[in-house]
Amino acid sequence: MRPKLATGTEPHPNSGGVRTGTRAAIAAPHLRTDRWWLAPAATAAGLLAFVVYSTWRAFADARYYAAPYVSPFYSPCLAERCHTMHAGPNAPVFGSWWGISPAIIILIFPLGFRLTCYYYRKAYYRGFWLSPPACAVPEPHRKYTGETRLPLILQNVHRYFFYAALLVAGVLTYDTVLAFRDENYRWGHMGLGTVVFLVNILLIWAYTLSCHSCRHIVGGRLKHFSRHPVRYRAWGVVSRLNDRHMQLAWASLVSVALADFYVFLLASGAFTDPRFF
Amino acid sequence: MSGYEARFKVWRGDAGGGGLEDFKVEVNEGEVVLDIIHRLQATQAPDLAVRWNCKAGKCGSCSAEINGRPRLMCMTRMSVFDRDETITVTPLRAFPVIRDLVTDVGFNYQKAREIPAFVPPAGLGPGEYRMQQEDVDRPQEFRKCIECFLCQDTCHVVRDHEDNKQAFAGPRFLMRVAELDMHPLDAASDTGLDRSRTAQDEHGLGYCNITKCCTEVCPEGIKITDNALIPLKERAVDRKYDPLVWLGSKIRRRPSGG
Amino acid sequence: MSMVDRQEWDVVVVGAGGAGLRAAIEARERGARTAVICKSLFGKAHTVMAEGGIAAAMGNANPHDNWQVHFRDTMRGGKFLNQWRMAELHAREAPDRVWELETWGALFDRTKDGRISQRNFGGHEYPRLAHVGDRTGLELIRTLQQKIVALQQEDKKETGDYESRLKVFQECTVTRVLKDGARVSGVFAYERESGRFFVLEAPAVVIATGGIGKSFKVTSNSWEYTGDGHALALLTGAELLNMEFVQFHPTGMVWPPSVKGILVTESVRGDGGVLRNSDGKRFMFDYIPDVFKEKYAESEEEGDRWYDDPDHNRRPPELLPRDEVARAINAEVKAGRGSPHGGVFLDVSTRMPAEVIRRRLPSMYHQFKELADVDITAEAMEVGPTCHYVMGGIAVDSDTAAARGVPGLYAAGEVAGGMHGSNRLGGNSLSDLLVFGRRAGLHAAQYATGSATRPRVDDAQVDSAAAEALRPFSAEGPAPSEGEIRPPENPYTLHQELQQTMNDLVGIIRRESEMEQALKKLAELRGRARRAGVEGHRQFNPGWHLALDLRNMLLVSECVARAALERTESRGGHTREDFPTMDRTWRRINLLCRLTDPTGGLAATDPVRGQITLSRETTEPIRPDLLALFEKEELVKYLAEEELCE
Repeated sequence: MRPKLATGTEPHPNSGGVRTGTRAAIAAPHLRTDRWWLAPAATAAGLLAFVVYSTWRAFADARYYAAPYVSPFYSPCLAERCHTMHAGPNAPVFGSWWGISPAIIILIFPLGFRLTCYYYRKAYYRGFWLSPPACAVPEPHRKYTGETRLPLILQNVHRYFFYAALLVAGVLTYDTVLAFRDENYRWGHMGLGTVVFLVNILLIWAYTLSCHSCRHIVGGRLKHFSRHPVRYRAWGVVSRLNDRHMQLAWASLVSVALADFYVFLLASGAFTDPRFF
Repeated sequence: MSGYEARFKVWRGDAGGGGLEDFKVEVNEGEVVLDIIHRLQATQAPDLAVRWNCKAGKCGSCSAEINGRPRLMCMTRMSVFDRDETITVTPLRAFPVIRDLVTDVGFNYQKAREIPAFVPPAGLGPGEYRMQQEDVDRPQEFRKCIECFLCQDTCHVVRDHEDNKQAFAGPRFLMRVAELDMHPLDAASDTGLDRSRTAQDEHGLGYCNITKCCTEVCPEGIKITDNALIPLKERAVDRKYDPLVWLGSKIRRRPSGG
Repeated sequence: MSMVDRQEWDVVVVGAGGAGLRAAIEARERGARTAVICKSLFGKAHTVMAEGGIAAAMGNANPHDNWQVHFRDTMRGGKFLNQWRMAELHAREAPDRVWELETWGALFDRTKDGRISQRNFGGHEYPRLAHVGDRTGLELIRTLQQKIVALQQEDKKETGDYESRLKVFQECTVTRVLKDGARVSGVFAYERESGRFFVLEAPAVVIATGGIGKSFKVTSNSWEYTGDGHALALLTGAELLNMEFVQFHPTGMVWPPSVKGILVTESVRGDGGVLRNSDGKRFMFDYIPDVFKEKYAESEEEGDRWYDDPDHNRRPPELLPRDEVARAINAEVKAGRGSPHGGVFLDVSTRMPAEVIRRRLPSMYHQFKELADVDITAEAMEVGPTCHYVMGGIAVDSDTAAARGVPGLYAAGEVAGGMHGSNRLGGNSLSDLLVFGRRAGLHAAQYATGSATRPRVDDAQVDSAAAEALRPFSAEGPAPSEGEIRPPENPYTLHQELQQTMNDLVGIIRRESEMEQALKKLAELRGRARRAGVEGHRQFNPGWHLALDLRNMLLVSECVARAALERTESRGGHTREDFPTMDRTWRRINLLCRLTDPTGGLAATDPVRGQITLSRETTEPIRPDLLALFEKEELVKYLAEEELCE
């Protein structure tokens, strides 16, 4: 009675997900015909590249200071073994016992901020964990509990990393101010590095302030915007930035790596900072 | 542009099994996928089951998966496909199938009932409600929802894990919680109902890993993740994971407690 | 021997649009156990398509507004043929119905001082439409849906069962209202998912099934609008009132062909959009009828000033009642001044900044962008008339919404007649749903819980209803006259022919000869529809469903054609080319349709006799205090001499 079917199948043997017994009997796990794998693949590649680069640089423990510039990976520098930076972000609170690269101490904070960021979560859940790789493409895991239990329930601490990220951004802002000196620490000078630092700090701030937790704290938690006009306007500004959170996340990731790499080039003598004045 | 003949594969069958059936069908200028399904009904498959109502993207009935992507058939123009492309139409794959393109969406109606309704403020009669536009803007965005259930269909939490259906309300109904929590006059908290807390404790907000497929498929362009789910997560953090807030509530509770 | 499942309820509501849900809420709150049956999923009813707003004289935007002004506008819009008591109740109660929605969680757009914002619309003297962007219908249906869920949650708390007092039977179709003697005893229905039949026994049935637009080819209505409630009422012995009045909305999409008829909201004009012909002329200034001359602007400048200063200027003629605008567009196209695809131009792009358009008319922007590839912020839309609404409907008592002549039967919303006279004003539909939905629910509950004995459901009626519903599966067989085997008719083909017939012959402009031709064609289709056959099985079978709907569409179409042939004047939604003017003597006349042979005999193929008998009745005189709301000079234009003397 039923017309002949191209790919007739019996009901699924209840193997879960889209092949649950009651669902339409379709053998293919998904029927997407577009290049759905491109976005997660590109995301994974981009993140991986940054992880490799930043791991190398963080553990290098060298070539992170070229007066007047300090690599954002090493600022603030919290161990005694740190390079002495004239009026720079030295704060040896960890004393002399810290034996490895001082970048490790401070990088925990921006790393934690980005790791718990609502955009990066999407990016690596999709790109690395394939949960899901793309919309309507099944994920490979049999069981899924999301962020309901340890360790992923810890993602809820994002806002504390946001507070920490504010402090770090403050220090990096200070570093950028210091970049308006020349290599002899005289004020009122600028080089290409100053521009690199300026661009980086603007992107860092834009990314930090466009954070979803920031949006919530600034005004999103209110029930009545009309009773808090100033916070409502601030919320509006943050919301507009928040629209671009993904773009800012990538842009600031690239800019921070570039700023570090620029310092590396100067410190290793491969390149001399072109001075404008 | 004139008419041409397109190749379609349409899933036909019921809970007892089925498969993709091949069709060749005429396509004219300006048509959408639903027009083609209707032409199949009128000319080749009179008993082809499909839900539809308004044919203008306002009722959310004609949800299906077209080339593997959850979409409204009435809002998918044929011009987005190449003429020699075979277009595959299947029912929503997260819900039990009834027949052909029709699925049992009862899951959604069940979840709708589990979200406590709007609580009118005590002491305000009809006609006395005063709300500012900026305060209703947020919940109004969520009320644009046409309940097509494409977000519920695409969300991997239930699409890929049938066993999570018990615990997880799905993006549409978590958004409903957010809508009520942001309603300027909802008085749920006066009755002891903490909507943000129950979002996590009872409606499965924690299952959401904000991978944004709900937002991607929403035909109304509602930013479900950014404007409803993430704010709701942040509100739950306020209640459950913020030590300052926790401490505050302890201190405030003490006098009344003893 | 009927094997169908039976359940007992107090009130059964047929239809889950605005009127049906409002009726169900009221009936449940009055203590009646209430069942709602709807053809689609819960929350998908055609009400979601309503865009502009709910007309209610709350006076938020203009303090001069009050129920009397609203009443006047409604009567004028309906050319005084309205059942005046309904128009009065509607104008008086609409604000309460809107405010009540807020207490159920509705979020309307707001004024600066936090009240419900109201917008201008055709035929309304003041800004009166409570709205939410251009998706007011969605807000209305969702609010009512969520109120029902709220009531079910209460019932769950008390009884442990969500559906103990209020249940929605979704994707079920009622094919017959059952009777015990003269009174209603329940409904016979089938469930689409399984194809199984069931009976809901109830002393009171509220019909709220909406309209009939699917009998026309170009329509803004969805597949559900097949006149089911009209037909059910006829088959139950009730009468339909003034079915000749069918509203053609002036602005439907005309291109591309597959979306022809989809509505372009009147708010486009209410917010400043203008109509132009192919010469770029705002032609509406040439089409202001005498009865409206004093109320509308004579120059473009004055019309444009009105948007900012409505107290000292008259409104632009784009905001005339819908029948006038639809006829004007029709005339322009006929005169060869139409747009490339046979409509006229509706332009907002030159009148408002793009971002204002996107904010105020988001779904129109979306609709044109997605469906027609037209950016309405940059170019004009092409629009033309589309069948939108039927003013005629079940003849009801104004106060109780009870169908005349059938105890236990109630009707509310578009399916009920009388409220809108010969033409409905935009925005009056949503308020009508709420006002009369509530009244129908209230009185149905009182009737149901107050009657001493429950009516009995007759097995024979159930069996014959089941047989009727199953006929399409055994449609093959020799035609009565010839002896040969003829293949069954394709219901889709029959439906298309019916739509073409109604569109071409009983459409926006009507002629005697064409309507006679239409009646002949309808008789032919009726014969063929008996042989409409379907393939496949009973489970979710759209062909079967359409075959059953054909009965209803044919009955209703015949009512429209017969009444339109009878009324030899032009008024509101009824325009006769051979009788182009309004005739004051016709104002006092209602045309009533009733089934010629209520015992059966549905196969009548004689086009002269048909299935429908038409009769005339004199309308009730308008109450003097209501008449006193109008100027004498205005009444002279509408009322016959003898009415004025009284």
